[in-house]
Amino acid sequence: MSQDEVARQALGFTVLTHERGFHARPSIILTQLAKRFSAKVWIGLSDCGPWTDAKSIARVMALKAPRHTTVFFAAEGTDAADAVGALVKLIDSDFSSPIES
Amino acid sequence: MSSAREPVLLRGTCAAPGLAQGPLVQLGARTQASNRTSIAGTAARLASDDRDADEGRAAVAAAAQLRSAIAVACAELAALMERAQEADAKALMAFQIAMLEDPFLSDPAFAAIARGLPSLQAWRDALAVQIEPYDAAEDAYFRGRAADLRDLRDRVERVLSGDAILRLAPGSIVVATDFPPSQFLETVWDDGGIALTGGSTSSHVAMLARARGVPMLIGVDPAVLSHHGEALLDADNGLLITSPDARSSANFSERRRIARQGVVSVPTAAAVTGDGERVLVMINVADGAELGELDPGACDGIGLVRTELMFRDLADLENEDRQFNAYRKILHWAAGRPVTIRLVDAGGDKPIAGYSVAGEANPFLGLRGVRLALRQPRLLEVQLRALARAAVLGPLQILVPLVTLPAEMLQVRAALEQVLAALKLAGVPSARPPLGMMVEVPAAALTCDAFVADFFSIGANDLLQYVTASSRDSMPLSALQDPLQEAMLRIMRQVLENAKLRGVPVSLCGDIASDPAYIAGLLQLGLRCLSVDPAALAPVKAAIARWRHE
Repeated sequence: MSQDEVARQALGFTVLTHERGFHARPSIILTQLAKRFSAKVWIGLSDCGPWTDAKSIARVMALKAPRHTTVFFAAEGTDAADAVGALVKLIDSDFSSPIES
Repeated sequence: MSSAREPVLLRGTCAAPGLAQGPLVQLGARTQASNRTSIAGTAARLASDDRDADEGRAAVAAAAQLRSAIAVACAELAALMERAQEADAKALMAFQIAMLEDPFLSDPAFAAIARGLPSLQAWRDALAVQIEPYDAAEDAYFRGRAADLRDLRDRVERVLSGDAILRLAPGSIVVATDFPPSQFLETVWDDGGIALTGGSTSSHVAMLARARGVPMLIGVDPAVLSHHGEALLDADNGLLITSPDARSSANFSERRRIARQGVVSVPTAAAVTGDGERVLVMINVADGAELGELDPGACDGIGLVRTELMFRDLADLENEDRQFNAYRKILHWAAGRPVTIRLVDAGGDKPIAGYSVAGEANPFLGLRGVRLALRQPRLLEVQLRALARAAVLGPLQILVPLVTLPAEMLQVRAALEQVLAALKLAGVPSARPPLGMMVEVPAAALTCDAFVADFFSIGANDLLQYVTASSRDSMPLSALQDPLQEAMLRIMRQVLENAKLRGVPVSLCGDIASDPAYIAGLLQLGLRCLSVDPAALAPVKAAIARWRHE
């Protein structure tokens, strides 16, 4: 199944307010958080993709999303809703919530 | 190789101040995949009878080799991260490790290995695909990450080639086109330094060099790549002197000895001359990051905030709240000490995409400083609003750059009054900050009595280049650039005398204030307020303490 046809069990979005967009530190924190969920988690810049693996820092950085970008999350798996909720919350908190792994 | 044994003076731009003296070490870029592993692999393949089976075995071995090289690189970076003191350095290493651990980065390399490519070639090709979009990025931050990717690429390549970590002798002066941040962290610098022909003052390695006090020049004359032997690196003055004669070496050693005495710790005692006169020593601030580990008690305030280095793109210039927050943080750090914030001084050598004008034939004589600000009244208003709001929180004052005519100051003042009226009407807390001017254009210096300004700040760098009609990065013209030559003394004396008559405070910012060698001259002239690089606080205070009225 390709990433674009995925049966999305959870979807969420928010606006990236971090002053420098998805830079190194936000990307590290975001992918670390995504990896804590068993669900597959994707990130995209539109509600119908293209979707990219939110657990891959190289992919997240490659989005080069600047500030004020609306970011979408999709997840599939048992904890899909939790994953999307947590990632949206992380961005809304401007990455300030410390992530201890 | 240079056969010249006479001193050669090479110019560059200071990325981290300080003085270093030691042997030059030329570091080349890692060359394309002509490595031993791939040659050996090819030879083995050609000699084989059962080609397919052997290629299969070779591919499995190459994949294992790459996997292990990535693991070794990660372990090396983790060790560097463990040792690093600075949060910035730790974050940098964390980023490289996270990238290396990401299969997205390495999967294409493993796929290429499965197709029969040697590990090193496969790795290099896979990373080239990743690096290219960063090099092409519009945003300077993302462009800068290309250097981080090259850094981690080269580390894995080094491990693949079976080379050990290059341990530079402490005290070396590294010469290269660019220098990777991880290798910086691997090096014991002691009194060494860095001279790069490329580079950028906003690169990670420059940031680390400033944090660790390692003198560093960027944009050094490429002629340096053919120089060897002993050299003097005077990053404070943007100079590298190769094959120095005995006398310059001795003078330099003495300057380093004096500088070192102070560098041990920045005295929090107020700066006082040899005969007891108080001198205000303020600091220059670029993006605010340099304040992190500095005790505000070590200075008398902030004499210059270069907001063009803090707000580097149009989105920032349009963002009042972001600017306000940045000023708020600085005022909080200064804890009641005065903070002088300069309006965005873009143009010249500091372009901001979408704001400054590209393609001017002579940008230093073109649209920069207040000239640019007055042409973009909407952005000027944003900055003035943020400043007027922040002025409620502490003793903030506004500095206007590159003023030439009195009318320019009046226009900025009018804009400030409008902003204050609008804020008051909207019920937003605000205060009227003092409005001062940079004295750096000779026309303004000569007629400073005609200006309405609450304070003067002499911008010695630009004043010198405009007074002598010589560019600071022109090596053949260095003889023209004594910052305390007679023309400079006369013009600065005139400004000081006029300011004294009118009771206008005067300070001086610019590189000479950070150089202990010029402190006596500036004090002799009558200056009693200097704004210096934070790293120069100790040596400048020491130089002030040594000075007495003649």
